[in-house]
This record gives sequence, C-alpha cells and structure tokens, in this order.
Amino acid sequence: MARKISMKQAVNEALDQAMKADPTVICLGEDIVGGTGGQGEMDAWGGVLGVTKGLYGKYGDRVIDAPLSESAYIGAAIGAAACGMRPVAELMFIDFMGVCFDQIFNQAAKFRYMFGGKAETPVVIRAMVGAGFRAAAQHSQMLTPLFTHIPGLKVVCPSNAYDTKGLLLQSIRDNDPVIFCEHKNLYAHECEVPEGPYTIPFGEASISRDGKHCTIVTYGLMVHRSLEAAAKLAKEGIEVEIVDLRTLSPLDMDTVLDSVTKTGRLVCVDEASPRCNIATDISAQVAMHAFGALKAQIEMVAPPHVPVPFSPTLEDLYIPSADQIANAVRKTMKGAK
Amino acid sequence: MSGITPIVMPKWGLSMKEGTVTSWLVEEGTEISVGMPILEVETDKIANAVEAPDPGLLRRRVADEGELLPVKALLGVLAGDDVSDAEIYAYIASYVMPVIDEEGEDAGPAYLFIEVDGIRVRYARKGAAEGTPVLFIHGYGGDLDNWLFNIDAVGEKNPVIALDLPGHGQSDIKLPGASITALAGFISKFMDAIAVERAHLVGHSMGAAIATQLSLDAPKRVASLTLIGSAGFGSDINSGYTDGFASASSRRELKPILELLFADPSLVSRQLVDDVLKYKRLDGVSELLSELGSALFGGGKQSEQPGLKLGSTADRPVLVIWGRDDQIISVEHASNAPSGAIVEIFDGAGHMAQMERANDVNRLIIRHVGG
Repeated sequence: MARKISMKQAVNEALDQAMKADPTVICLGEDIVGGTGGQGEMDAWGGVLGVTKGLYGKYGDRVIDAPLSESAYIGAAIGAAACGMRPVAELMFIDFMGVCFDQIFNQAAKFRYMFGGKAETPVVIRAMVGAGFRAAAQHSQMLTPLFTHIPGLKVVCPSNAYDTKGLLLQSIRDNDPVIFCEHKNLYAHECEVPEGPYTIPFGEASISRDGKHCTIVTYGLMVHRSLEAAAKLAKEGIEVEIVDLRTLSPLDMDTVLDSVTKTGRLVCVDEASPRCNIATDISAQVAMHAFGALKAQIEMVAPPHVPVPFSPTLEDLYIPSADQIANAVRKTMKGAK
Repeated sequence: MSGITPIVMPKWGLSMKEGTVTSWLVEEGTEISVGMPILEVETDKIANAVEAPDPGLLRRRVADEGELLPVKALLGVLAGDDVSDAEIYAYIASYVMPVIDEEGEDAGPAYLFIEVDGIRVRYARKGAAEGTPVLFIHGYGGDLDNWLFNIDAVGEKNPVIALDLPGHGQSDIKLPGASITALAGFISKFMDAIAVERAHLVGHSMGAAIATQLSLDAPKRVASLTLIGSAGFGSDINSGYTDGFASASSRRELKPILELLFADPSLVSRQLVDDVLKYKRLDGVSELLSELGSALFGGGKQSEQPGLKLGSTADRPVLVIWGRDDQIISVEHASNAPSGAIVEIFDGAGHMAQMERANDVNRLIIRHVGG
C-alpha cells in the first residue's frame, strides 16, 4: 500500500529494502553510522542529516563509517563494485566530489569501455545538492552538469519521494556507476510512496503538469518552483506543461521534443550555474531537432554565474524564483493569441 | 426552500477530491428530465457527464466553464418555475461551499485492508447500511478504481464492496493460484473474512468470469450476477492487449495499449497511464501478470469458460453488459449469455462500459439488484 513519506525517508527505505534483498549491497560514508553507542540522540545519528539512521542496527558492518578522505573511500567503493559488490557511497555534499574526480571520471566511468565490456561497476554515489540551506558556497552547488558531461556515468536528480525511492532502487540494481543527487531542501517534502520495492527506469521523464501553451523542462527543486509559477500563470489563462527530467544521463529527449512540438514554446529552468548546464543542453537539442515547432525564442532561467552567496538575502535572490520562471514563460507568450 | 435541487460536483471514485467543469450541455431555463446530462466534468483521471438527479428547470448555472471545484461544490440549481428568483439567490448565497480536505477523507478511511489466506487485500466498503451488498470485482490488471463512477451511485441503495484482487492494485503481489477457479475460491474466502454471506456480484472482464465461477461453485452466496465485457463466454481474446499490458514498461508503450480499452481513446489521460505504470513497476507485478495472463489467455485463447456453464437463470438473475466497440473481448460473446439473461449492448462504449456509459450501467445494476 501507499502512504505519505518524506524524501529523506524514501532514501532510507530504498537503502533498507536493497540491503535486505541483496547481501552484496553495502553502504559507506562519513558519519553514516554516526555515534552508535553514544549518549542519547548521538546514538546512530545516521549521516549528517540522519538519512541512514537505523541501518547500522539492522545491517551492522555492512554500513561502514568512512574516514574523512573522500578519495580513499570513493575509490574503495568503486573497487568493491568492480569486484562484485553493490556499494552505495554517501559523499555528503556534491561539492566535495573534486577530491575524488580521478576515481569517478577516469576509473569508474571508463571500466566498462576500457575492459571491453568485461568489467561492470555497479556503484552508487549519493550526494546532497542545491542551495537554500544557508550552507554557503562550498556546500550548496548544483553540480549536475559536471557529471552529465562524462560518458559512462548515469546522473539522477529526483524531485519527490516517489521518484527518489524508485530511482534509488534502480540505481543500486543498475550495473553502471550512478551519481545520485538529493536536493537537501526537498528532504522534508512528502508524497505517496508504495511500501514495497519498485523501480523507475532511467531515461524516462515525468510530466508534472499538463498544458498546451508552453513547456518548462526542469528537474529537482526547480520542479516545485515551476509548479508554483504554473499555478500563477493558469490564472492568466496560460497553461504550462512541466517536464521533470528525473534522470539527466540518460536524458529523455523524446518526451521533451513531444511536449515542445505540442506547445511550440520552451523555458528551461536549471539550478546549476548558467554556463554549459542542463538548460543549455536541452535548449541546444530542441533548437537542433524541433526548431520548426518553435513559435517563440527559447528562454532559460538559471542563477547568476557566481558562487552561491552566504548572505541569506543574496542566497534567496540567487536561486531561480517562481516569479522569474513565470516571467520567462510570459516572454515566450508575447504576441500570442 | 422546498423544490430546489442542487447540482453538485460528483465524487467519482475514492480518490477524487476536485473536478473541472469543462462545458455546460444545457442553457439556463431548459426543462430537465431525470438522467439528462447537464454538464461535463473532468477529473485528473477521466471526463464524464453529470446528470440531473431530479426533474425541473435549470434555473442557474453557478459554476463557470473551466472552473476547478471541490467535490460537493454547487454547480447549478434546478427548481420548478413556481420558485422565485429571490429564493434561488438566497439558496445559492447560503450554500456552504466545501473545502478540499488534503489530509484524509471526510468520513473514516477510504480503504480497508484485511488478510485472506496469507494475502493482504485492499478493499472499500461504503454505501447503504442495510441490504444485500453489491461486490465489485475488477478485471486483469485493474483495481477497485475501475469502479470509480459506479460505487457511489450503486451505494445509494445498497451496501457496496470493491476489492483489489490478489496481485492487483494495492493488494499483496501474490496469487492464490493462476486460474479463474482459484480466484473465485479466494473471493469466497474474502467474503468469509468480511462476514458477507451472500452478495450481488458485479464483475468486469476477468472479474466477471471469476464472479460466474463463484456462482457455479457456491450458488447460495450469489444473489445475482452482473457481467460487463465478460471473460468466459467464448474462447477468443485480444492477445495484443493482454500480452501488451503485461510487457509494456514505459508511458510510450503503455498508452496505446490502454487506449484499446475505450471506444474513445482520448479518455486515457496521462494520469491514468502514470497510475497504471506505478502499479506495474512494483517488484513482482510484471512476473505475476505474465503468469496469470499466460495461464488464463495464453495465445489469445481463454482457458476457462465458466459463462458457457451457466444453465438456468432461475435462482440467480444474470445481467450481461457489453460495449459494442469492445476491442478486448468481442461483443459477439454476448450471444452466449444463458437464456433468461438480460443482455444490454451499448453503442459508443468499449471494454470499459462501466466507465464510458457509467450512468446507464449504474441504472441497470440498481434495477438488477433490486435495491
């Protein structure tokens, strides 16, 4: 049956069900066991935001607290994957990926190709992404485009609890390295999620709202900002269709092109920095493959090309807002009807 | 305020909270007879017409076209010409508009769960307190929401029960056996578990064959049969549908398959496709559907035909309903209904006649069960 749970609970439940079903699934990460055996709530804290809470009690040494050396334990996870395990490594903040780029880009992503298809690397690297957490420039980035740039990596960024559970289970069962991006400001977001295990295939976008005038293509937290914008625009008689990409590699361009062919207008919304991001990629592909369908120029909504500010006021201004998105849609609608 | 009848936003199915008025079908001042379609309403699942509950003049259209309103919201007002405009205005002004309850349902939980033979089953029990219950049994790959237009209407006169069959909807992904007979035995145990000795059975497709089988195995438990687009009245079945439904894994593959269910394919909304995919993506469902499908209709042939064994309708009235455009099980099978059965064939309906011609089907069921 389905009941409402949060995205944080959805991650925990997916890990729990995967570990229960498959003894080769292990978890590694900084503080994911936490202060087990400590006093009060320090006991089994379960990661910096408590996502893995309770797993150590159930699975013991299959949940491993890693030393503060991302390059070491991400490398260990990738090596274990190449040797037949299905590790899920938690990197805390995606901003810390820099110190283990070689392990991810040059090793994990390349094994299948460089060993002639004989090696598989079923590793999942989970990391928190996104701004709005008052955590400043080094803990707030939306670095999804860095990973979509690398062939051999799969990149997932869900917007709700239902997709989170299904995509994380799919990530763990998948035989290739997956970068699983969890927006920290969506952890508390709840929706109906089935109790039992299920999977959502990679490369299938979902439609969060049906509309006929303009398509918004987005993912993660920006799905919710786009829904807010769509509700405002509906009052003006503008019906927006929202495509939630869910997985960024592979990318469901079929759904995007179908929608743009129907509406004739496109707004790409991305929380990642504006140069060479998911929005620019989608825009380029639509311009290339569906130019004839476009009734207006493509609009993009992204943050300014600066690090995420620490000042709360500036941080709020940095993140694309529902108003900015609504304005971009209105721009595409100019002169229509 | 005697003589004023409100037309309100209907509740189609347990999960419906609001609907959009898509178009008015009659002008203000039109003389309305009972059952006349007055306006079209669309939910995130399906569109249908709202019919007049009473005769009268359509005095006011309260809801505008395009408006999204909660269940029970006032859409329009019917009254005789003896009622003054002032009374109509006063009635509308004093009507308390419901608000959408985001957390839970208005009265108790919408769904119940019970374990039967080691299988946890979801079901709904609603409607009148007294009388022989009407038990709805959905078809292959369906769930109790297939009856979303029927449960409340039939429930006005009789208690109604609808379940998710084992391996379907939100019941456990397990089968009591991959046969009509095993599933009929399970329904019997389900009736024991919820303390229902005897019921009117309303079945759709595979569910109709299950109902028929139960009436053969346990005649005393079945007060009447209503069989819609029924399996079990012949051999042929569209394997393109049954195989396609089991194997489709994406929105793109599933949509054309679901469109085969309806005479009007535009009734298959994106939400309907998403809901079916959510079910199909649960671990074990694909395998279960393949197992059940190949056992019951492998190679486009139905393996069990309980309908052909129905002899006399004397102790158990039989109502057979078919959509003329049924693309899954041909309407020709209706001619195999037992003598004495009432047979109703609807134009403009496919395999899901209970949805596409809901109001007509509801009237037939209510008359048939004699509530």
